[in-house]
Amino acid sequence: MAQRVGVIGFGQTYHKSRREDVNGVELINEAVQAALEDSGLGIDDVDAIIIGNMDHFESVNYVDTWSVDGTGGFMKPVMKLTTGGTTGSTIGIGGYFTAASGLFDVVAVVGWEKNSESDTTGAIITCSDPVFDRFSFAGALPGLAVEASVYMKKYGVTEKDAARVAVRDRRHAMNNPYAQLRKEITEEEVLESPMLSYPVKLLDICPRTDGAACVIFAGERKAKKLSPNPAWVWASSIRHSYSYFEDIEYDTMPTLEAACRELFSNVGIKEPLKELDVVELYQPYTFAGLKWIESMGICKPGEAPQLVWDGVTDMGGELPFNPSGGVLATNCIGATGLLRIGEAALQLQGRAGDRQVEGAEVALATGFGGAFWTDMMLLGKNPW
Amino acid sequence: MSNIELLSFQETLEIPYNWSVGYLGSKFLAAIRDEGIFYGHKCPSCESIYIPPRVVCGPCFVQPDEWVRLEDTGTLVAYSIVNYPFIDPNTGERRPVPYTYGYIKLDGGATSKLGHFINEVNPEKLSPGLKVQAVFRDKSERTGSLQHDVIHFKII
Repeated sequence: MAQRVGVIGFGQTYHKSRREDVNGVELINEAVQAALEDSGLGIDDVDAIIIGNMDHFESVNYVDTWSVDGTGGFMKPVMKLTTGGTTGSTIGIGGYFTAASGLFDVVAVVGWEKNSESDTTGAIITCSDPVFDRFSFAGALPGLAVEASVYMKKYGVTEKDAARVAVRDRRHAMNNPYAQLRKEITEEEVLESPMLSYPVKLLDICPRTDGAACVIFAGERKAKKLSPNPAWVWASSIRHSYSYFEDIEYDTMPTLEAACRELFSNVGIKEPLKELDVVELYQPYTFAGLKWIESMGICKPGEAPQLVWDGVTDMGGELPFNPSGGVLATNCIGATGLLRIGEAALQLQGRAGDRQVEGAEVALATGFGGAFWTDMMLLGKNPW
Repeated sequence: MSNIELLSFQETLEIPYNWSVGYLGSKFLAAIRDEGIFYGHKCPSCESIYIPPRVVCGPCFVQPDEWVRLEDTGTLVAYSIVNYPFIDPNTGERRPVPYTYGYIKLDGGATSKLGHFINEVNPEKLSPGLKVQAVFRDKSERTGSLQHDVIHFKII
């Protein structure tokens, strides 16, 4: 009964630091309507719905039920999945699993966030152990900065190297009409931006965004009938390690390495730099655009800065990263990982407009979560 | 519609919690409170020594069964100097910034790290690999809280 799965529709809201014009349910509906329109489906064509966000950000804990009007989930199977930062990737993988099982043919996956509705650092801290971790943990930004402190020392990487990553993604965001931050920046502006948590500055880190996304997955039985050119899921991988921040291995990124090993070996990829055509990396801060691509095997440890300075990851380079502008331009967290998948699908379908990577046939979409865990999905223009 | 004033609804939630520390964590915290000693918890399979103690070693799925006395000194593995204000969900108060927190590998064989504050906010004076030492609160004032009983770690 198991079946291959394709992406047959993708919709997103316009993204802003605060969408005062809509409440959460209305925001969700905007993305769902966009995805239905994109795929030419009606809500009756949808067999099941998966939704996710960061519960604590909006302080609504039964989002699956609360959002039924927005998702179109009335009297349908609706499930909520939340895994912190990886929520968007997890719901995408959940949609893939659900359709792949053959029990459902068409699954609408909805990620959303109204980051503007709370002190998100205070809210995010509640992800950590209340007795041992929470008093010192200071949220996502310093949680990443500690990693940068190790990476910089180990390879002599500089803040300027990291700034180049922000310049790239913000330039790419100019091609994406949906991106929140559409203004080019320079390395100097990054270096001179306010120091938030050493060594991470304002322009090194992702923004907080109100926004939502919906990706519609369909099993092979229906995908080809419903869509002229689905983007096909080749494989997914999930690796979670520890819950205590004290246990994280900051020298390397074991979850990303393990996920890539599994994903690439499953489809026979040996040289990701050559064999992938585009990557939508869940890159919440600039240093991740260096260290993590080493963990992915795109280049050797310590070599990422040169690779990025050489333009290899720019649009037009050998392996463009984040044609959408990525997470540094738009970060509605529960949707962030799902946007990576939706953008990857657009690339493979040749529908990415000004941000299209010509001839893209293999696309990688990644997800990152709190204690350095990894969810990822590999998609292809043709079925695997 | 375009002339409608967009409203928002504001509320501050105060929700008290009371978390169980468990018998392993209680033993660990009591040793800090009563003796000023950090104990690690050793896995019999891979011999990793964990702080805080835990019911299983994650990679082995085996219960650590040996308590190992660790030193109050250690190596700063990673850190950040936090420089932006936010509300601490445990207190409802703004955390005083700047402050430095880091992950410290305690001498005596610890495998996992201990997260705590470092009493230095000058980036020039901080670097992974520095030796640090715990500064304990006076014994009479300790309460069985890692945050309270250890004031911070100082660079030595």
